[in-house]
Amino acid sequence: MADSEIRDGYHYTRDHEWVGPGPQRQIGITAYAVEQLGDVTMVDLKVKVGDRVEAGKAFGVVESVKSVSDLFAPLTGKIVAVNGELDASPELVNSDPYGKAWMVAIEPEGEAADLMDAAAYRAFLKTV
Amino acid sequence: MPIQYSGITEEHRAVRAAAGLFDVSHMGELELTGEFAGAVVDYLITNDAKKLTDGQALYTCCLNEQGTILDDLIVYRFEAQRWVIVCNASNREKISAHVRKACEHHCGFRDISDETALIALQGPRAAEILASTGADGAACGGLGSFHFRQAEIDGVMTTVARTGYTGEDGFELFCPWDDAPRVWRALLAHGKDRGLVPVGLGARDTLRLEARLSLYGNEIDETTNPIEAGLGWVVKLDKGDFVGRQAVAAVKAQGPSRKIVGFEMVGRGIARHGYALKSVEGEVIGVCTSGGPGITVGKNVGLGYLPAALAQVGTRFLVDCRGKDVEAVVVPVPFYKRGR
Repeated sequence: MADSEIRDGYHYTRDHEWVGPGPQRQIGITAYAVEQLGDVTMVDLKVKVGDRVEAGKAFGVVESVKSVSDLFAPLTGKIVAVNGELDASPELVNSDPYGKAWMVAIEPEGEAADLMDAAAYRAFLKTV
Repeated sequence: MPIQYSGITEEHRAVRAAAGLFDVSHMGELELTGEFAGAVVDYLITNDAKKLTDGQALYTCCLNEQGTILDDLIVYRFEAQRWVIVCNASNREKISAHVRKACEHHCGFRDISDETALIALQGPRAAEILASTGADGAACGGLGSFHFRQAEIDGVMTTVARTGYTGEDGFELFCPWDDAPRVWRALLAHGKDRGLVPVGLGARDTLRLEARLSLYGNEIDETTNPIEAGLGWVVKLDKGDFVGRQAVAAVKAQGPSRKIVGFEMVGRGIARHGYALKSVEGEVIGVCTSGGPGITVGKNVGLGYLPAALAQVGTRFLVDCRGKDVEAVVVPVPFYKRGR
């Protein structure tokens, strides 16, 4: 299989989510995850601005034609933005997973643990 | 069979609009031969094999003595003394052993799955594509539904049946295992300019769901009987004795306690295999057996079991989508029916 796009400067989880740079960190799913899911038909985000999420807890689901996957918060913190565009246009997840298909932004509490940088995620993908 | 080639949505649409090619060689094939082959087949199935003529096939259930479903099958009568049973890949060992045992001392039995390939050509342009391969392929256009004949395709002798699992017109071609790549490539080459694409397991599932065709392991298994599964039409209680007859007759006499229904999601959510179905009061009353986006019908649809009293078109209920209760409504099935 062709190598999936991985963005330098982003961080990654073992569940194939990405965490953007910056104090308020955007969250989405990686190109690899999107390839595994196929055509995305629905993104159901179960959080709203102001909610507190805990690392490892589900904050929504992504439905594709063939399956459904939970979204897990990669960090603990407060939800500061939710991407409402995905309600009407779930296909953005397929077309622009690292851009327009950001799902939520989290203001983290303290340091995030257990995230991989791009090089580590690239290596991790070779093992899955 | 891969999950997908170009993408499930694209493959699904191609089959509805033009044609798709499926490698379903994983299916099991069992051959019964001899004077009593037909009688053995008939005793093992719920449908009436005695009504078949040479070159005709039928869809049926195969039950255990408890009247629940061991598998769903297509049975082909080649000749009075040669029959082939096609079973699901996941049930091949079980059904192979079951049929082998029934054949002992009565007729010849051979599991020919490993030497038999099966390629499905499905879609509104399937007949045209098959016809373009030559005279034999063209002759297949004259086959009625569930009829079959021998046909030479690119030099390979195949058995072509007018059957399928997509809700579209189409054919299934049996050929020797080693010749399958040749048949596959010939069909793809002839169909390329007619919109034919290879189709994987993912779209096979979305297509059969829209056509409300049962999938073993989802709608039917050894805990379900054909009456509740909506397969009463392949149970012929008056045809003579068959395995499971007594049990299934009792279910039919009493009426099933639950029934399979087709439903559409009203709220925002997609039902999936195994999700609980709840009453509007929140009590668990059933289970979803299959669900997903209906790609052609443009709605999220599903199949599932509800108590018989609630299994009517228009009944509103809830689907527990991973902790979120989403409203759904029972609708007529199939979700998709091809135009004539």
